[in-house]
Amino acid sequence: MSTISREEVARLAGLARIDLTESELTRLAGELDVIVDSVAKVSEIATDDVAATSHPLPLTNVFRADVPEEPLPVADALAGAPSAEGGRFAVPQILEED
Amino acid sequence: MSTTTPPLVDYDDALARFDPVIGIEVHVELGTATKMFDGASTEFGAEPNTQVTPVSLGLPGALPALNGKAVESAIKIGLALNCEIAELCRFARKNYFYPDVPKNFQTSQYDEPIAFDGWIDIELDDGEVVRVEIERAHMEEDAGKNTHVGGATGRIHGAEYSLVDYNRAGIPLVEIVTRPITGVGERAPEVARAYVQTLRDIFRALDVSEARMERGNVRADVNVSLRATPEAPLGTRTETKNVNSFRSVERAVRHEISRQAGVLDAGRTVTQETRHWHEDTGVTTAGRVKSDAEDYRYFPEPDLVPVAPSRAWVEEIRATLPEMPVARRRRLQTEWGYADAEMRDVVNAGAIELIEATVAAGAAPAAARKWWMGELARTAKTEGVELADLPVTPEQIGQLQQLVDAGRVNDKLARQVLSGVLAGEGSPEEVVTARGLEVVSDDGALVAAVDEALAAQPDVVEKIRGGNQGPIGAIIGAVMKATRGQADAGRVREIVLERVQQG
Repeated sequence: MSTISREEVARLAGLARIDLTESELTRLAGELDVIVDSVAKVSEIATDDVAATSHPLPLTNVFRADVPEEPLPVADALAGAPSAEGGRFAVPQILEED
Repeated sequence: MSTTTPPLVDYDDALARFDPVIGIEVHVELGTATKMFDGASTEFGAEPNTQVTPVSLGLPGALPALNGKAVESAIKIGLALNCEIAELCRFARKNYFYPDVPKNFQTSQYDEPIAFDGWIDIELDDGEVVRVEIERAHMEEDAGKNTHVGGATGRIHGAEYSLVDYNRAGIPLVEIVTRPITGVGERAPEVARAYVQTLRDIFRALDVSEARMERGNVRADVNVSLRATPEAPLGTRTETKNVNSFRSVERAVRHEISRQAGVLDAGRTVTQETRHWHEDTGVTTAGRVKSDAEDYRYFPEPDLVPVAPSRAWVEEIRATLPEMPVARRRRLQTEWGYADAEMRDVVNAGAIELIEATVAAGAAPAAARKWWMGELARTAKTEGVELADLPVTPEQIGQLQQLVDAGRVNDKLARQVLSGVLAGEGSPEEVVTARGLEVVSDDGALVAAVDEALAAQPDVVEKIRGGNQGPIGAIIGAVMKATRGQADAGRVREIVLERVQQG
């Protein structure tokens, strides 16, 4: 029984800015279905007394001291920029302000 | 569907028929030395992209390292807002694409904020206290700064391309979200302003942020909705983003109430959307409609481990909390004996600390207020700077007032001494010496000056002898002129009367 529809994959692809062909949408819907089913099995095992995990290591409170470090030189920072102007990254026109 | 904009409804008229509900999200930039997840400096005003590291830029493979001081500041804020502090909380990725977010996600907190379920009492101008409930306060990072090039005004419309500076990207933020604020009616705009102002004062008192509005250290998003009656379910809300001054917060709420009333009166429904505030015209305009773009696909940040503040640490931090601003203001007002209106002006001028330090430097509270709210406030206004940025210290004002108290300078001379101090000529004592501004207290010199003035105006002498004291002013004026204002007018008056009687 398929739980992930092609439409859902298309919407997700849109949100993630990934351009998928029709055949890719169909294939991924099937593959994601398998993954979702597998995760669902985990949910069956996980009960209320099992804490949710977001990290493989059992660590908490790993903090850095608030001490400045050497920044990247501007030239290095901009080295990968397709375009720059006055020390800033130049990007295509932004259509909508958040 | 009509595209015309319904007319605004008069504010009082709107309030007569609708019950406004507001909610406010405040972002505060923490005053840490380094960013939230990397060691780049946060200092304001640096050249573009000179305060970035691979983490700030979201370069592949860069890994975040959490700033412990920022976590401590977030806990401080949570405690000051009477929140619970989470036993364990996580960061989450908020995914969206925008050039000022170099990683294509903002590292934030989602369903596990570090602080939640709090409240804060705010005091309105007339002393009424309103309790605002806090839903949550969570940690996140700021975005970079876009400059739009090619548009007439630097805004997006007409821009050909944009330039991005990532110095601000990654600066620690705490976002504080209220629960819906109901039951405040026509005072909603004032409540919104007072709330943001109260938070700003708290941030400063906690020393977690410089909290300078004009630098964008504190930014507010204001949510407004209307409903027919206080019993009705909440109406559809709009969220006006980035309102960055106290006055604008008040104006934006007021405008949205009038605008939404117009929409509802026209038989339409309010669109749930973000709106942009226009400082120049005082209106909001439609932004993004909340839709798919709102689907941020949050998930726990796998590159950071959970934050689990021990109860001992939380209590340790709680013990360091300073007196809260509202309580402090009440205490100082009583100590200083200021009237409500006087205290309000002092608060609004940001002069509390200055007056406190001036009083500590030996001036009476009334005199300290007179200097900071009078001569110095005028100077600051003329110069277009904040009081605290004037080139004079509270200690110097305290010294100046002591010169006045000791009778060594009169009010007029004191203002001249102050202008010398402001001009960088040194301490009040040094200015008095250098400019020779001390009051002439030598009676011999004054008697000579009085005699001279009397001799020049014999008719006046006759009048005074005849019991008419009116013309004494003319003699005092002449003496003041002769002594370049350095005489004590009261003493001159006494000498004039003595000389006339003796003559």
